[in-house]
Formats: sequence, structure tokens, C-alpha cells
Amino acid sequence: MEGARLAAHDIACRRGDRLLFAGLSFDLAAGDALQVTGANGTGKSSLIRILAGLLRPFSGSVERGGDIALLDGNLPLDAHLPLGTALGFWEKIDRPRVSAVDDGLAALADVPVRFLSTGQRKRAAVLQSNPAANAIWLLDEPLNGLDIDAVGALQARIARHCAGGGIAVVASHQPLTIANLRQIALADYAA
Amino acid sequence: MRVLSALLARDLGLLLGSGRGGPWLPVLFFVAVAVLFPFAVGPDAPLLARTGGGVLWIAALLAAILPIDRLIAPDLEAGFFDQFALRGISEELVLAVRLMAHWLTFGPLLLIAALPAAALFNLPGDTARMLLLGLLAGTPGLAAIGIIISSMTASLRGGAALGGLLLIPLAVPILIFGAGALANPDGEGLALCAAISLAMCAVAPFASGAAVRAAREG
Repeated sequence: MEGARLAAHDIACRRGDRLLFAGLSFDLAAGDALQVTGANGTGKSSLIRILAGLLRPFSGSVERGGDIALLDGNLPLDAHLPLGTALGFWEKIDRPRVSAVDDGLAALADVPVRFLSTGQRKRAAVLQSNPAANAIWLLDEPLNGLDIDAVGALQARIARHCAGGGIAVVASHQPLTIANLRQIALADYAA
Repeated sequence: MRVLSALLARDLGLLLGSGRGGPWLPVLFFVAVAVLFPFAVGPDAPLLARTGGGVLWIAALLAAILPIDRLIAPDLEAGFFDQFALRGISEELVLAVRLMAHWLTFGPLLLIAALPAAALFNLPGDTARMLLLGLLAGTPGLAAIGIIISSMTASLRGGAALGGLLLIPLAVPILIFGAGALANPDGEGLALCAAISLAMCAVAPFASGAAVRAAREG
């Protein structure tokens, strides 16, 4: 199987009348991790959605080799269902993939999703995004609401994903400690 | 097949459970119209028997669009459609399943409720039979209209108001032939009603799929 690859060629993003960034290019191969930094409103989330293929870039193109897994600000779980049942729906859909385990959440399997705290929701979202072994994992502000232990665990999870032949792109304004992390500051590409 | 059954199980659970209002609201609404209409027009038995079928058609139509604000919008907001798209599950498939689940959770119940409703209007046997057959043929089309309107208005604020406006042109053909079949029971109106209903069901996943994709780009 061919390794994962994610390449952006000269992409620009326009939201409404504003050109958020332009001329952004990079090339990621299996094992690479990239952090995208920038102030609020500089287009981090839009870039993540463009890389995921959910938003068309204003110009330029994106090459994707591998499945895409996305963790954004949403929690695609049915709020009234117990966490275990709500995650079970995605397990049925994703069956061929290896499901990740979060021991802290196992105790919450019977708690309805709407009663989860911000940090617990984020951890549930990490499980839901469920990246396959050599997938391109896109994370939009994944550290929001997580406590120190959970931040460490998620960074270790991201590092493991990259070590296993995957690619990770993390949009976050917080400093990350992941080995061989490449950085892109969106401010450098502001139009 | 695995994806299909997972989607259908989730949709039926959502629409039958308390998560999205439950299946009883449309049916109770339908029965309420049947109970209240005679009070409004008075105890004129021939008039009720003549107009009852048409009134029940309107009630069925409105009952079908009662849950439209909960059919698509919550999934769009929670990012379900994004995650489906990333997993290569098309919007059309998701919405075709949603259409099936929407009909399954209100169509059969409505048909059962139509029996006591027809009795309340004292509809003659022939008319009651045509009403039931007409609703059987027409309710899938009504469900399709619900899915289309609900997708088109999902990303709009105040979408419900626009939904009422969109309903009129979409519902007219089914009503003309479905309710029209009550007057001349030769079956031609029924056949046309069923044809329009099926055409609506065929178009609905594609029309609403395009609407959901447009909402994502916006």
C-alpha cells in the first residue's frame, strides 16, 4: 500500500469578501506532523476544511493520498444517547478500522452525551474521528478544554499516529510537543 | 449494506425515540384536525362527508412537514454530514435512508389514524377506501417533500417560515390528484398521485443532497 501523502499547491482561501491567505504550499509524507498557527480569524479552520476537501480553495489545489480523519469543533454524536451507544454508531460505520481506546471515557459509556463536560466531549470527538493507521488526521484546535493529562495523552496519540505511517495536521495556537513537528504560521501568508 | 443498516437503525431510533420529538406529534395533529373540524363547521353531516376527505388530505400534508426543522438541521450542525463525506458516504445515500425512515415513522401511523378520522367525518365507504389508498400512494411523496424542504432550509435562519412557502408549489400536484381521486373513484387520479409521489421520492435524495453540499460550502 502506498504511504500517506498530503500536498497543498499554492492554495488561497476566500471567505466572503476577504482573502484570508494566499500562496500556501507544503508537501507532507508519511510520518510528518504539521502545526498551523495563527491568530483567531486568520483561516486555520478554513485551511483544515480545505485540506479535508469539505471546502473548495479559492485557488490552488490539494493532493490527498490516504483516508481523511477530521476532528473539528463539532461533536457528531447524538446528544440524547448514552456515550457508548452514540460512539457505537460510528464503530458500525468504521468497522474495518482499529478503534482507539480512551480508558477515562469507558466509565462514561452510560452517560448521555449532552451531560459530558467540555473536555470529555473533546475526548469523545477524538475517538469519533478514529483515524485509520495511515490516514491523514486533521485536527482543528484539538486541545481546547482538555486538562494537562489529556493534552499529554492526545499529543502522544498524535505522535503514535505519525510514527505508524500517518500524517497529522494540527491547527492550534497552543505550543505542541511532538517530535519532528513542522510549523506553518498563517500570518506569513496573509493576503 | 453495513453502512445502510447502521444509518437506517440510527434514523429510526432518532425519529421513533424522544430524541427528535417522537412519532406521535404528527399523528396527534392529524387526529386533532379530524376532531376539531366538525366543531368549526357545525353538525352538517352531508357537508362533512363531502369535505372530510379533502380536509384529511390537508391534515396529512401538514402532519408530514411538522418535523421538518428536526429532520436535517441538527445533523448538519453537529457535523454528521462532514464525517459521512470524509468516509465516502454520499449525501444522497444518507438522505435516501432518512426519507425511508421519515416515511416509516409517520406513514403507517397516519394510515391507521385515518380510519377513526374517516369515521369522525362519517365518510361513505367508497370515499374512505379511496382516502386510504390515496394516502398510501401519496404519503411517500409527502415525506419526500418534507426531506427536500428540510434540507433546503437547514442552513438558513428562519428556515421554517421559508419552508411553509416552499411547500405550496411542491405539494399542489399530489393534492390535486390524491384529493381529486376522492370525487371520481375510477382509480386514474390514484395512479397519477402514486406516479408523482414516486417521482418525488426519486428526486428527493438528489435535490436535498445538493442542498446539503451547498450549505457546507457556504
